[in-house]
Amino acid sequence: MKYALYPGCTVLGRGRNYEMAARAVAAIFDIEFIDLFDFECCGFPIKSMNYETFLVMAARNLLSAEEKGLDICTLCNACTSSLTEVNKYLIEHFDEKTRLVALLRKKGIDYRMGRNIDVKHFTKILYEDIGIDEIQKLIKKKLLNLHVAPHYGCHYLKPTAIYKNPEDSENPQSLDELISVTGAHSMDYNTKTGCCGAGILAISEDLAYSIARPKLQELSTNSADAMILMCPFCSIMFDDNQRKIEQKFQERYNLPVLYYPQLLGLALGIDEKSLGLRMNRVRTTTLLEKVKHV
Amino acid sequence: MKLSPRFKYEIAKEFGGENLKLCFACGICTASCPIREIDEKYNPRRIIRMVLLGMKQRVLNSDFIWLCSSCYACTERCPQGVRFTEVMNAIKNLAVKEGYIHPAFAQQLHILRQFGRLYEIDEFDNNKRIAFGLPKVEKTKGFTKKIIEIAGLNNIIPRREDDKNV
Repeated sequence: MKYALYPGCTVLGRGRNYEMAARAVAAIFDIEFIDLFDFECCGFPIKSMNYETFLVMAARNLLSAEEKGLDICTLCNACTSSLTEVNKYLIEHFDEKTRLVALLRKKGIDYRMGRNIDVKHFTKILYEDIGIDEIQKLIKKKLLNLHVAPHYGCHYLKPTAIYKNPEDSENPQSLDELISVTGAHSMDYNTKTGCCGAGILAISEDLAYSIARPKLQELSTNSADAMILMCPFCSIMFDDNQRKIEQKFQERYNLPVLYYPQLLGLALGIDEKSLGLRMNRVRTTTLLEKVKHV
Repeated sequence: MKLSPRFKYEIAKEFGGENLKLCFACGICTASCPIREIDEKYNPRRIIRMVLLGMKQRVLNSDFIWLCSSCYACTERCPQGVRFTEVMNAIKNLAVKEGYIHPAFAQQLHILRQFGRLYEIDEFDNNKRIAFGLPKVEKTKGFTKKIIEIAGLNNIIPRREDDKNV
């Protein structure tokens, strides 16, 4: 299985642990990543400023993979929704695709069109292309004493209209299943489908922190061992900024936040160093101790 | 207050604004909105009413239009298919064309023009990557800067002085 890896700006800038874990897990399942060295921003931050620019930015990244005949694997939920949305639009509007190719050519950015490609989040590749049964076969160590909470992230599920096999966005189950296969217990909780607030972090920190807070409150009250997610934006809110949120509200959560490939990696027997588990902001020491005594 | 009766048509012409007029004001967008739950300044149903009434300057010049977190809760639940998240994008697109932009967004555009990505990966980062067994990341080729030129965004938002040497 071969994919062009589209890590996205935020993973490169702030999610080295995520990238390491994803690559280590991919290797175990024979998912080959071809690095797209000419990738630039997916266009997500530009969509609300100028739709046409967003369209061209996303299209250029897509065309670069299409020329190489590769489907794209994304790591970030925001990149996933941007590239999926534009990819669907270009497949359904061939006239628009040829217009954008010509527009780019005029600027000296030249791509040959190829077959239509697919855009898939790494977690979705694990869930749909590899599948729970195959993952099960390679589990070396069941993480039986962990109680963890899945956080899907808005753009992993929504807008459902752009995705090929959309889940019920009010009651998603795929990440729960992916957690269960590691042997860990996937907790149900009230704020499960809540937004992380990262979308407005640059506009209003106070508001963004207030939006992230209920999840942290609920999960620390319920003594979750960790929150499990797969988006670097959500991780910036819940992991990188957890300390600031604690300070702002004078509360203590101390909730480790892991990327899903980090959790799966532990169950696959990959060492903690290769999974970047020491790079998570909220210390994972207690959790790792717990896993040792399974 | 001066009203602009054409405002709703201007929004409907922008990408994502098409379904605005289908709104029958049930308010499920407002009830679903995580921003509204914290800050009453941001109220989706009210924003749609303001657009339909033609309160152009009040909307485009406001702080609240920049508060959407783009979580799509409203879009998923709307019984009329208004796609309010996209309506908000249409409103912000028009605001930018009319010269209103939140400084945080202008700053992101500035970074993207310079680096092509939201974070610059320099030699220091690359050395760290290599130390952790990750491949080196090449410098961007300036595609994003060219694309921002194509769409004419340079005319909408004036380039900042320190962009010039890039």
